[in-house]
Amino acid sequence: MAAAIEVTDLVKTFKGGVKALTGVSFAVEPGTVFGLLGPNGAGKTTAVRILTTVLRPDAGHATVLGRDVVREPDAVRSLIGLAGQNAAVDEILTGRENLQMIARLNHLPLDFARSRAVELLRQFDLTEAGDRILKTYSGGMRRRLDLAAALVSRPQVLFLDEPTTGLDPQSRLGLWQVIEELVSEGTTVLLTTQYLEEADRLASQLVVIDHGGVISTGTPSELKARLGATVIHVAFHDAQSAQTAAGVLTGVGNGAPRIDGNAVEINVEQGPKTAMEALRLLDQSGLEATEFALREPSLDDVFLALTGRKAEASADDDATPTKRRGRGKKEKS
Amino acid sequence: MTAPAVPTIAPLSRSKLAWAVSDGVAMTKRTLIAYTRIPEALFFTLVQPLMFVLLFRYVFGGAIHPGGGLQYVDILIPGIFVQTLVFGAVGTAIGLSEDLHKGVIDRFRALPMARSAVLAGRTTGDLVKNVPVAIVIFLMGLLVGFRPHGSIVNIVLATLLLLFFSYAISWGFAIIGLTAPNSETAQLMSFPLLFPLTFASGAFAPTETMPSWLRGFADHQPVGALVHSTRSLMLGQPVGSYVWESLAWSVALLAIFSTIAVRSYRKIA
Repeated sequence: MAAAIEVTDLVKTFKGGVKALTGVSFAVEPGTVFGLLGPNGAGKTTAVRILTTVLRPDAGHATVLGRDVVREPDAVRSLIGLAGQNAAVDEILTGRENLQMIARLNHLPLDFARSRAVELLRQFDLTEAGDRILKTYSGGMRRRLDLAAALVSRPQVLFLDEPTTGLDPQSRLGLWQVIEELVSEGTTVLLTTQYLEEADRLASQLVVIDHGGVISTGTPSELKARLGATVIHVAFHDAQSAQTAAGVLTGVGNGAPRIDGNAVEINVEQGPKTAMEALRLLDQSGLEATEFALREPSLDDVFLALTGRKAEASADDDATPTKRRGRGKKEKS
Repeated sequence: MTAPAVPTIAPLSRSKLAWAVSDGVAMTKRTLIAYTRIPEALFFTLVQPLMFVLLFRYVFGGAIHPGGGLQYVDILIPGIFVQTLVFGAVGTAIGLSEDLHKGVIDRFRALPMARSAVLAGRTTGDLVKNVPVAIVIFLMGLLVGFRPHGSIVNIVLATLLLLFFSYAISWGFAIIGLTAPNSETAQLMSFPLLFPLTFASGAFAPTETMPSWLRGFADHQPVGALVHSTRSLMLGQPVGSYVWESLAWSVALLAIFSTIAVRSYRKIA
């Protein structure tokens, strides 16, 4: 099956020497969700901007449904939809005006633009707010309209750049459902996210990127198996007890226990079973825990497992829209 | 592709030029809607010339005697026209700069729309906005005693020339909007250009009293020539070569500015 998105050795360095991408390759199967997972500044947004023809790569190439993003940008543009963390919609226009304008700029007929706007406002529960200007919208409403705007032309390939960052849990769940519906209708989705949970729920294939390079690929379950699906977190009264406990718990779970102040964490594959063992060991050594918890691994855990360090945002990231200059040095990645 | 079919909708088919026009119209509409949503912006665009009219008409005006049987107010109002429309072009720099620093510009770049549409929509929208501004200033002038003796045709010609010139320099300010790091800086960058051109002209005082080195500049620089041609047309005086000079400036500036603006927009994109 031909790939819907094919990326080969993409390189992008911004003025000032910030290396946003250092040679990224991956392929996305049609009709699936592909997750690009990484911390702030990893290069996720840069990859999306290149794939959506907004930015030109320095080297390497990329195709969307067989069309080259550099040589045939217009062909690519009419196949894709883009929605992002920056809620790229026009504040001064109403929701309906935004959707109609995007439809017109997609060169769709006027009557279609009108009916599609009505349809999308209804689908995203914005019918009542449709004729209000966006300044009056909440963050979640804006994000929904942003996604609606990306869907105006019924694109075959959808790029979602951190679609749920900053959203409340309920809005997040709502967006996930919409994405799942779209994929069931055959849309291919490339999603960037900082949340392992989101990637796990939506994506069938994942690429973990850091500092502009791929550090791991696989399905979410492969990835989780590699680092242990669950984290056991035990806290004590003092750092001394934590040190002792780390010694006692060595050999339980994957890798060495990590000490973080008064707490110890271990990655484990079989949560409850290993938790019992850990409790027994702690009890035998007479250590008194103040806190004992099992939690799902976070992106931090993935990074610890893959790179041995925490997923820290690098200096060049976390740009607000005001810093996002096409020609700028402080390109968000 | 082998993916299950996503129900797609076929885009209309038109020539490239027709699409560029259609996209430009869509973006112009966007600029104009923004003006109607913030009527305060338009209102304050008019407050500044009103203050200038009052200041020059009643504070400084008494001390300036234009001679030639003219009242100072007849000299002043065409000058105010030019000043307001020229200063108004700063709006292009600010608006474009704001667009560029919002996520919405990425959306535009990822759409199959004409590359020129973002710039064309901004400059054309600002041109359309200038029409009611010109009308209000004209009425304001009549109210403070301005009596244009030119024919209706000449007054309309003067207004068209003004609007055309303002459109040309709007593209110049588009370049500032494209290069400034933010909209506040775009505004600050605009004034050092506007002040010498507007005040070292016949807009507020007859150039006859200026030292000869300045007078040559004040008469023939783009804004200065426009002041002379607007004034002669409105007052029904012999226009001399100034109208052609203004027209030539407008065409030349439009050609140069739009080329540079489109090029720097492409570089950013």
